[in-house]
Amino acid sequence: MAADQGVAKRGPVSAFFATRPKTRLGLLLAPPLLWLVVAYLGSIVVLLITAFWSVNGFTGAVVPTFQLGNIVSVFSEPLYREVTLRTIVVALSVTVVDAVIAFPMAFYMAKIASPRTRAFFLVAVTTPLWASYLVKAYAWRVLLEPNGPIDIITGGHSPGYGLPATVITLAYLWLPYMIIPMFAGFDRVPSSLIEASADLGASTGRTVRSIILPLVFPAVAAGSIFTFSLSLGDYIAVTIVGGKTQLLANLIYGQLVTANNQPLAAALSIVPLIAIILYLLAMRRTGALESI
Amino acid sequence: MITRTKLSAIAVAAALLVTIAGCSGGGGGGSSTSPQGNLPNIAAQKKLGAGEGKLNIIVWAGYAEDGADDPTVDWVTPFEKQTGCQVNAKTAGTSDEMVQLMRTGQYDGVSASGDATLRLIYGGDVAPVNTSLVPNYATISDFLKMKAWNSAGGKMYGIPHGWGANVLMYNPAVVTTAPDSWSAVFDKNSPYAGKITAYDSPIYIADAALYLKATDPSLGIKDPYSLTEKQLNAAVALLKTQNANVGEYWSDYTKEVEAFESGSSVIGTTWQVIANLVQSDGKAQVKTVVPKEGVTGWSDTWMIAAKAKHPNCMYQWMDWITSAKVNAQVAEWFGEAPAQTKSCAETSDPAFCDTYHATDAAYAANIHYWTTPQTACVDGSGKTDCTAYSEWTTKWQQIKG
Repeated sequence: MAADQGVAKRGPVSAFFATRPKTRLGLLLAPPLLWLVVAYLGSIVVLLITAFWSVNGFTGAVVPTFQLGNIVSVFSEPLYREVTLRTIVVALSVTVVDAVIAFPMAFYMAKIASPRTRAFFLVAVTTPLWASYLVKAYAWRVLLEPNGPIDIITGGHSPGYGLPATVITLAYLWLPYMIIPMFAGFDRVPSSLIEASADLGASTGRTVRSIILPLVFPAVAAGSIFTFSLSLGDYIAVTIVGGKTQLLANLIYGQLVTANNQPLAAALSIVPLIAIILYLLAMRRTGALESI
Repeated sequence: MITRTKLSAIAVAAALLVTIAGCSGGGGGGSSTSPQGNLPNIAAQKKLGAGEGKLNIIVWAGYAEDGADDPTVDWVTPFEKQTGCQVNAKTAGTSDEMVQLMRTGQYDGVSASGDATLRLIYGGDVAPVNTSLVPNYATISDFLKMKAWNSAGGKMYGIPHGWGANVLMYNPAVVTTAPDSWSAVFDKNSPYAGKITAYDSPIYIADAALYLKATDPSLGIKDPYSLTEKQLNAAVALLKTQNANVGEYWSDYTKEVEAFESGSSVIGTTWQVIANLVQSDGKAQVKTVVPKEGVTGWSDTWMIAAKAKHPNCMYQWMDWITSAKVNAQVAEWFGEAPAQTKSCAETSDPAFCDTYHATDAAYAANIHYWTTPQTACVDGSGKTDCTAYSEWTTKWQQIKG
């Protein structure tokens, strides 16, 4: 009956597609596929190809002749090795700091707080995402300055500007991206399991180790993908609170914008690309990709 | 399985297409592979026609104010009313960005600093300027005309706009003995270790070279932008030593203002406008000095695109921006010395030109203006054993470590 009505009211366009399921599917999928293949994969392919080109030293024009010089220098130059290592250490530290802070918070939000407090915390955690990145980074610059608030509170033991300040600032910036997946992860842990563990005489520590951690770990891993990859690509916070240090993205920016050396910048950006792919592969083994 | 193969085939084909498009685009943008010395043969405009009703320019922040930042600061609207040329100003953050934007061919002109001008001239992106079509050019300070960074082949490639020096700024409350030398920031045993600041750009290597020119004659440095491999390495070694004492580098001027006000920096290189901002905020005292070794600086030039679509509007703009009143307004807003000598009578602060040494040719002559280092030395010696800017950039990244 309903189907009959549908047929009766079908216009010429619908009638055209009704008999051609392949055309219909093709048109439906074309825009997203075009976007994925051309804009996204296409630009990565261009990036990879550019890495094998060189640049005219004076005019800065890209010369499309194949050579391996850029790739070789990325992997042989000690500066790039050192900065890559530093960047990965920063990204991992940010991830660990965020995980440690987010764990009790997410647990409280998911398991202890009343629905009203939970809503309040969810809003409180996500609100900073509305504020500008630069405002938050400069706020940390003021907090960390000599004779600034942190200096006064800690009695002159502010870390000052440098790598620790960079880790603190990035950890603050990306914290919501860790809390939200962990909150979702805790939400999925049945409270009955925690109670059963306690009933069977397990200490709190034992419950956390044997029940909560294994069940929440995929969520932690999911959050860590955000904090790790966002930290890996950041170059602004480090220029604001990093003192005189630089990270991998600063080198890429410098080669691209200052030196106008697109090919070397492209070769350098392969490094974080590899790091993130390796990290994603490692995370896939934990089942984290299903919890994003 | 078949569909998957098909899909990936499409993906590869699409990617190749994009790549080819990228190739031809890149090739078209910078097809001139001419080394320095091959000056593109581009003629200057002979006479001025009617305005085209539109003008697209690339500017430094603060060079084309239309009242959006401050309603009282507006010299674009009167220009539009007078000439009928609608101004579309694109702000660029660095000289390198300016060069890239000019290569798109969508702009009529640019306010280029000396470290961009030569790249634009030899890249064939800008045309020489017929200065007789710009009446205000006559009264521009003579020491800015026909300079290495704004002329080539005996022709002016632009109209000078304004200039400034990179001076040494210090906080007298901490730095009690007034410094008179850049050794204050380069000395290994500086008492201000950890509170020294430096400019975060490869061009800062020239500051170290300038210091070495005076303190280490055995290196034979003549021009801080024409460094042989050996001289560059010496400057880099000096900067690596300095790095141990540097608290932080700055390239965003608000960051340096904040650093001096909070006390995290007490001495380092600066622009006059930064010192003025710190003074006017009143949170910290600072003084500036021109050290005895000399200083580096910048000198900006309005240049016209070789293939400008609105050349007459651009000529009118170049005359407008260097007119006495407007040049004074820009200079005061930005904090630099105006190129126009008559501007000194038009500034709202009568002492402005004295503060910036605007008409002081001797002061201006002591400034080594930013220019792009090239393998063909830029000191006019004709030698080709100098180091290029791309090498400076790599070295600068190594200095920062």
